[in-house]
Amino acid sequence: MTDPALIWSYLAQGPLLWLTATLAAYVIGDALFRATGRQSWANPVLIAVIGLAVLLGATGTDYATYFEGAQFVHFMLGPATVCLALPLYDNLPRVRRAFWPMLAGLAVGSVVAMVSALLIARAFGISGPVLASLAPKSTTAPVAIGIAERIGGQPTLTAALVLLTGIFGAIVVTPLLNALQVRDWRARGFAVGVAAHGIGTARAFQVNETAGAFSGIGMGLNAVLTAVIAPWVVGWFG
Amino acid sequence: MIVALSLILAFQLVGEILSRALDLPLPGPVVGLCLLVLACVLRPALACRLRPTAQGLLAHLSLFFVPAGVGVVAHWPVLRQHGAGLALAIMGSTVLAIAAGALAFQAVARWTGSVDPEALKDRP
Repeated sequence: MTDPALIWSYLAQGPLLWLTATLAAYVIGDALFRATGRQSWANPVLIAVIGLAVLLGATGTDYATYFEGAQFVHFMLGPATVCLALPLYDNLPRVRRAFWPMLAGLAVGSVVAMVSALLIARAFGISGPVLASLAPKSTTAPVAIGIAERIGGQPTLTAALVLLTGIFGAIVVTPLLNALQVRDWRARGFAVGVAAHGIGTARAFQVNETAGAFSGIGMGLNAVLTAVIAPWVVGWFG
Repeated sequence: MIVALSLILAFQLVGEILSRALDLPLPGPVVGLCLLVLACVLRPALACRLRPTAQGLLAHLSLFFVPAGVGVVAHWPVLRQHGAGLALAIMGSTVLAIAAGALAFQAVARWTGSVDPEALKDRP
């Protein structure tokens, strides 16, 4: 029998191990999510990320090695984003009727997300590049990174803050909007798309198709609006 | 399925090229999304062709965020340094933005009469 250390050193080099681990972690996360009756706190992304982080720590694997395998899953974000076109197309008549509500939800959601984050962070003495990295945290990751670079933030820190925002938004949206008695799926989906981008949209699709479609629109529109207003808002916070 | 996947990737590819060539504020996949909606409006048969694959991918949209999520761990030292401030900023602003955005949407929907009875939760 071959020495287990040799098998490990072979597996640690190729993408197979961490690709499989990523899918397995998600399958476990999704199973737990279903087992809790689709409770929002049992977010499958959060469960999978924690499981993988523990595994990476235990095996002494760095993120670059992990990403060699996980990049195939990461790549699928692009095609999946393109696929948001279908629910949007299917809901097009409904979207046309909701022009003014969407405009209001976008303007209010986008500005509140950015200004309140910067005000709270500044109250804690955060300034400079870290503050600039925080500003675009509600937009989808590739846009947020582009904005952060332009306004003097740290792109990698922004990527982490974007992810944390998405996971938190996906967890909090259902109890929050139930407490506020917002029953309109369009409003629920749109607001979480604006505030918590793709992870919020993934949560919206778990709950309702219309909410998912509006969430995808909210995410796309907020990417544009934040790109336009972030330099001003951050300049104003100086 | 391979045909559908090829078409989806082609829309992303054209989106990436346009995004870079025209220096748009949108990333390539979002440009591809807009182009695909346009293409479906012009040719509804395209939507029927892509729907099963698109629904399959969107059903597991969460999965595709896992690798980037693990990246948070790689930034743990910076995050911990500003821990309380960043955590409260993210949590506070996300709660406020979701609440304010949803309430603004709902208020304007009532005000402009664009209430959609079919889009209500727990409808009788």
